[in-house]
Amino acid sequence: MKEFSFGSYYPENSFVHKMDARVKILLSIAYIVAVFLVKNNTWINYLGFVPCLLFVIIVAVVSKIPFIKVVKSIKTIIFFVILSALLQIFFNKSGTPLWKNGFITDKGLYNAGYIFLRIVLVVMGASLLTFTTSPVEIADGIESLLTPLKLIKFPVHEFALVMSIALRFIPTLLDETDRIIKAQTSRGADFNSGNIFKKAKALIPILIPLLISSFRRADELADAMDARCYAGSKNRTKYKKMKLSLRDLIGTLFTALLIVGVCFL
Amino acid sequence: MSIIEVKNVSYTYDKTKFAVKNVSFDVKEGEYVAIIGHNGSGKSTLAKLFNALFVPTNGEIIVDGISTSQKDKLFEIRKKVGVVFQNPDNGIVASIVEDDIAFGPENIGVKREEIGERIDFALKTVGMEKFRYSSPDRLSGGQKQRIAIAGVLALKPKVIVLDESTAMLDPKGRQEILNVVKKLNKEQGVTVIAITHYMDEVLNADKVYVLDEGEIALQGTPREIFKEGAKIKSIGLELPLASFIAEKLRQAGVPVKDGILDKEELKGAICELK
Repeated sequence: MKEFSFGSYYPENSFVHKMDARVKILLSIAYIVAVFLVKNNTWINYLGFVPCLLFVIIVAVVSKIPFIKVVKSIKTIIFFVILSALLQIFFNKSGTPLWKNGFITDKGLYNAGYIFLRIVLVVMGASLLTFTTSPVEIADGIESLLTPLKLIKFPVHEFALVMSIALRFIPTLLDETDRIIKAQTSRGADFNSGNIFKKAKALIPILIPLLISSFRRADELADAMDARCYAGSKNRTKYKKMKLSLRDLIGTLFTALLIVGVCFL
Repeated sequence: MSIIEVKNVSYTYDKTKFAVKNVSFDVKEGEYVAIIGHNGSGKSTLAKLFNALFVPTNGEIIVDGISTSQKDKLFEIRKKVGVVFQNPDNGIVASIVEDDIAFGPENIGVKREEIGERIDFALKTVGMEKFRYSSPDRLSGGQKQRIAIAGVLALKPKVIVLDESTAMLDPKGRQEILNVVKKLNKEQGVTVIAITHYMDEVLNADKVYVLDEGEIALQGTPREIFKEGAKIKSIGLELPLASFIAEKLRQAGVPVKDGILDKEELKGAICELK
């Protein structure tokens, strides 16, 4: 439990890791847009996915992340992806049937492949962001990107603080969960047998102590923050400043190249 | 000069029972004061009264000339009096050590460059420079608590209140914290108020207050306090081991002298007997 890392941050000292988190977030969005820009008409449009795949491979190589890790990132959604592809294959009635009176059409097959590639590429691209950027950096990046929302009175600082405190407490609460499970097990609780309802019910003696202790922690945290003069964003300074560098420019140009490539194919 | 004056202070949570009853004492600048009591003696309530997390129901606490009931001076008081709580896990706000220490100075609007200097200073004082970029989750209990102390030091307080800051630590962690606190008091002249229920932690103190049911039951130097073995026991506290052995020896008819604090003194006293 101690070694748990949120998301899937893969610490490495690479060009991409050192890029500004804000730029990486924006470029990830640009990449996703690029994947959705791939034209959707005939089989030849599949070529549009080639630059996207190349982009993912190149970024993975530059960030020194084993490509197999990037591929594995689709594990969690693979069921969903295959399901939507199958639905397209079996239930898409448009287009011409592949054989006489068959229910599988060429259009269905085409759509299935298209959806499959699109989702897989989006997830792989997004995973590159979480592989190369620590959760703290992502939270800071989001705070900085949301700053303009202060104009419409959106509590940007508070939002970012809540996010970073949540991240900070994930390992602590996991430890706590581990301890509660051990304590309950030692008193004879059984979490592994019975049907799904029995198992779900067995979770109650874990969740309730966890909930109560979270409230206690929140209370103590509030006192500790008060004691350290916390008063919201008013008159607050910031120790860490994010700086753009040449790296971010290069990354941006490279992503622009991808979008141009996709638009031409 | 008194840095904290506690004047006839009472505090109640629910208006029926007083957690702190009519307590008065002064803390002088640079003093090391220990407040000791068992669970429910009101000592943690007292800790929160020092930095205006609570305001006394009756009476008044004056910190460096400012009454804690002045709402507009809240942050001035909290800058002067830093509190280190029992569980460092619940006091650390950031996922990186230096970010956590920066939290206090950021709150009071210290400039960026100076925050950097304050982090250097705070980490050096608690001897944790090596861990500046680490995640607090990977540290031991004693190390985490040292980070929590550093987080308070970064506000440059005149007084540090330790609210049972060693209660959750192993003996090694406890010793680390006690050493840091002693150093702070002796070398930097920071006034220390250590709240605890471990008798052996009051040995470093200049003055000890024993709390019982919200009232001061005993006060004096550690030596004076430890002479009152019977009274301490009746309050539900334990003497440090050396004092306890000395008392048992006396009861068994061995004439060792009064007011023994640690094992060195006990050794000396036994050797004198011949």
